[in-house]
Amino acid sequence: MAKFEKANSVGEWLDQRLNTTALTKVLMTEYWIPKDINFLWAMGVLLAVTFKILVISGLFLMMYYKPDVALAFDSVNYTIMQEVAYGWLFRHMHGVAASVVFLIIYIHMFTGIYYGSYKQGREMIWISGMLLFMTFSAAGFSGYMLPWGQMSYWAAMVITNLFGGVPVIGDALVVWIRGDFNVADATLTRFFMLHVFLLPIVIMGIIGLHFYTLRIPHVNNQEGADIDYDAEAEKYLAGNKKEAKVIPFWPIFISKDFAILGIFLIFYFYLVFFHYNFAMDPVNFDPADAMVTPAHIYPEWYFLWSYEVLRGFFFDVGPVKAFDIGLMAFGFANVIFLVLPWLDRDPAILPAHKRPGFRVWFWILMVDLIVLTVYGKLPPTGINAWVGFASASVFILLFVALPFITKADAKKRGA
Amino acid sequence: MSNETNRRDFLGYTFAAVAAVGGAASLVGMKQVWDPLPSVLASGFTNVELNGLKAGEPITVMWRGKPIFVLKKTADMEKSDRDLIIGEDRYTVAIGLCTHLGCIPAWKKTQWKCACHGGEFDASGKQTFGPPPRPLDLPPFAVQGSQLVLGEEGPEYKKIAAAMATA
Repeated sequence: MAKFEKANSVGEWLDQRLNTTALTKVLMTEYWIPKDINFLWAMGVLLAVTFKILVISGLFLMMYYKPDVALAFDSVNYTIMQEVAYGWLFRHMHGVAASVVFLIIYIHMFTGIYYGSYKQGREMIWISGMLLFMTFSAAGFSGYMLPWGQMSYWAAMVITNLFGGVPVIGDALVVWIRGDFNVADATLTRFFMLHVFLLPIVIMGIIGLHFYTLRIPHVNNQEGADIDYDAEAEKYLAGNKKEAKVIPFWPIFISKDFAILGIFLIFYFYLVFFHYNFAMDPVNFDPADAMVTPAHIYPEWYFLWSYEVLRGFFFDVGPVKAFDIGLMAFGFANVIFLVLPWLDRDPAILPAHKRPGFRVWFWILMVDLIVLTVYGKLPPTGINAWVGFASASVFILLFVALPFITKADAKKRGA
Repeated sequence: MSNETNRRDFLGYTFAAVAAVGGAASLVGMKQVWDPLPSVLASGFTNVELNGLKAGEPITVMWRGKPIFVLKKTADMEKSDRDLIIGEDRYTVAIGLCTHLGCIPAWKKTQWKCACHGGEFDASGKQTFGPPPRPLDLPPFAVQGSQLVLGEEGPEYKKIAAAMATA
């Protein structure tokens, strides 16, 4: 056993047993961050805080929520909203955070794309991040179902039906996932389990992995510059703080994150108190009814772009059914970002404004995603169907063209 | 030394075998937990009285939690292989869920129109526009006098199902 001496403080006592000094150095005070990064790099801390808000507000909601088709709607809309003291606050905090977390994820993700932070050496950061996005999507969807309103019910109907597209076993798979011929009580209780236990645990695990993936390649910077972290850290520790290109995460860098977090939280609580309605669809204040479909079904704003890719292909092409084309396009849209590091054939890590072709690609992608999002909410009739078709096609073509565009950029630079 | 290594290898393989059997068995159990319960599977039959239906005005009944459309066709509606013919009357019987993603289409004068993704089905349940990949599905039924019994596979059902399969 190691040698233990009488400790003079609680901190010393813990240090002898848990090596807390070394741990703080590795995780905080000697975890090096480049100086050359802007506010967009604060999104990680914002997400960590938003996830914490979701977990804590969720715990309070879970104490009164009842996962039963006969009780769920009233337990949310009557018990939590009317009876429980501050129940409305926890619901709105949870609902708004669920929406805002996707806004920040998208900013985080497209910051990474803009600055090339997914490339050479940082692939695992990107992949674990995309896995987080997928599990967050599953958690968002399973949670959306729980109030058992009309939109919840029909969202569950449509999403579970998607599995019917799996060859051969499709129909049986849908029944198995639902636990009933229809979206019913068995469906609600298993989605409750997924939403409050399994998915949050998986998310926490992947968050741990996502943080760990940063340790070896380190965080990217605005210029994509290759920093010798050991040399720069030595300069900093020797007192040459001005020349060192890096600063410690704690307490120096985190102060900037806290400033941005402060602004974010003001925005977030402004939404919670004054505009919580944007996260609450009016249709969902009708109890679920298996016999009546709402006039128009659409998901929450953060799924609209992939929903529009799904329904953008509304006509058959030869022997291939429109349904299958849509499903394939939807599958494509959901996995293509995962392989982005290999679609980008430019060997250099540079921000988009230093890669002419890629810069155009990036902004077309942004515009296309906004068009998809806007048209995803409109009824798919007449001209809307054609706009949906065009923007869904552009989305796919962009990713097909990416390897050629990035290769051409590299060639032009003489790489 | 080598003896000892072999013994440890043997223990390792033995454990792997036991764990594989246990793992496979628990996967079977986990799969079955998600299967529909017996009470769900046994959910009964639904009877529909066909007398008194107005031609051109479909009704919706619930069977196994799903909407079922029953439409008595008017004389000027196109005949189809999937029509259920009872005496002089022709009926369309269909599961009222869009075959695209399962929304309930609404009856608009001469056709069912789905609000979700714009799919359309004619009076015979055939898809005429939009993403639905196939006609509205046929629920199993039997005919008893003027009654339709949903959930049972009668000869009329088998005939129509066969006609739909070859279409």
